[in-house]
Amino acid sequence: MKIRKGTLIALITVGAILLLLLIMIGTGVSRYNKLVSLEENVNEKWSQVENVYQRRADLIPNLVNTVKGYAEHEQQTLTKVIEARSKATSVNVDPKNLDGQSLQKFQQAQKGLSSALSRLMVVVERYPDLKASQNFRDLQAQLEGTENRISVERRKFNQAARKYNTKIRQFPTNMIANTMGFEKKAYFEADQGADEAPQVEF
Amino acid sequence: MKPDKLKLYFFTFIIITGIFLPAESQSQVAIPDRPSPPKLVNDFTSTLNQQEKVALERKLVRFNDTSSTQITVVIVSDFNGQSKSQFAYKIGEEWGVGQKEFDNGLVILLKPKEVGNNEGEVFIATGYGVEGAVPDAIANRITEEEMIPEFKKGNYYAGLDKGTDILMKLTAGEYSAEEYQKQTGDSNKTAGYIVPILAMIIVIFLMKRSQKTKRTFSRRQSSATPGILTALLLFGMGGRHSGSWNNFSSGGGSFGGDAGGFGGFGGGSFGGGGAGGSW
Repeated sequence: MKIRKGTLIALITVGAILLLLLIMIGTGVSRYNKLVSLEENVNEKWSQVENVYQRRADLIPNLVNTVKGYAEHEQQTLTKVIEARSKATSVNVDPKNLDGQSLQKFQQAQKGLSSALSRLMVVVERYPDLKASQNFRDLQAQLEGTENRISVERRKFNQAARKYNTKIRQFPTNMIANTMGFEKKAYFEADQGADEAPQVEF
Repeated sequence: MKPDKLKLYFFTFIIITGIFLPAESQSQVAIPDRPSPPKLVNDFTSTLNQQEKVALERKLVRFNDTSSTQITVVIVSDFNGQSKSQFAYKIGEEWGVGQKEFDNGLVILLKPKEVGNNEGEVFIATGYGVEGAVPDAIANRITEEEMIPEFKKGNYYAGLDKGTDILMKLTAGEYSAEEYQKQTGDSNKTAGYIVPILAMIIVIFLMKRSQKTKRTFSRRQSSATPGILTALLLFGMGGRHSGSWNNFSSGGGSFGGDAGGFGGFGGGSFGGGGAGGSW
């Protein structure tokens, strides 16, 4: 049996095309999977960010009660803190939709709580008994630790988002990212308190 | 012509940024390099003498060998313009203190008052995995109640020794943060005496009762009372020991001779937890 030259060439071409296609699909799949794991990493870092902000919100009822016990005349400041807290906890961001707008809204609400808290801390200066109490000192350490955690987790989130955003823009991964709908993630702005934890001096 | 010029600008730009960027990122890091060979006690100020360093290192290496929890002591003269919490966090994260799978690392950062500083500072940074065993409030109390009083007297080794002892007990689960909190809380000073006395009274009462009841219900009572008795005795002992934490180090003793060197940091991760103080 003798194969004609024409058929042989045709077979080789078809085989080569098939092989190329297979390689393309293979690399495409692995690039896609890489994107998925990078996005998952961003989501995980985001949930850490939410965790530490929640941690701060959870400290506030205890803090307010402690301050109330020593500083009855500061009702207004305390009310502002409580209001800012409920505002901050009401803003939730879906990790699937981490665009600039929703992140900014989140950041704005948290900033409101930060400034209400720092006002409270200025007020606290007038009450030496409060500052000396063990309960308040514990809360102070917890609050400081939480602010540190917030700045750490924000930085870690930005790192993860940057890694992901770089990947979805790189050739040829950008083609997969575009067709499969991988969207750019927003960053935390490096405004006051992004890298440096706000000083919680009592 | 024009594209050439653009290219030239572009390359000069790259060269300039290439020169300046690494320098900038280096100043941003600004923590000491990871020690090589790896060490758990890293004194960059010669605050501790050789003997103290060896003793502390040996204790921490032994604890790392038995529990896999890594406690590193870092003594510096300056935080390079950063806060103590940032500096300690960076050391933990970048040196990779603690095991990768448990994140069970702790960094004790100390800036002594002596070496040209008008303020001494100390910070305990906790890895993700030990945040539960050593909450921030507890880390704060350890620095305030165990370490800073010694540091104020210039006893840096004693302060570090006490602090590491408690951190070891807490992370090994020998006692919980709540128990430590009770020991150091301001309202519990008197309870330290009342509890053992009460326990003694109850023990005596129960012993008398069990002697009486033994004659009638000998089988059931004899199995139940020893449990209660030991529990009460232990409770009483715990209360009596309140305030004398320094005794705990003696338990370690000479354990299997020299523990050998420290194998290296395990790649643990930190989340910014911990607390500290100044004096």
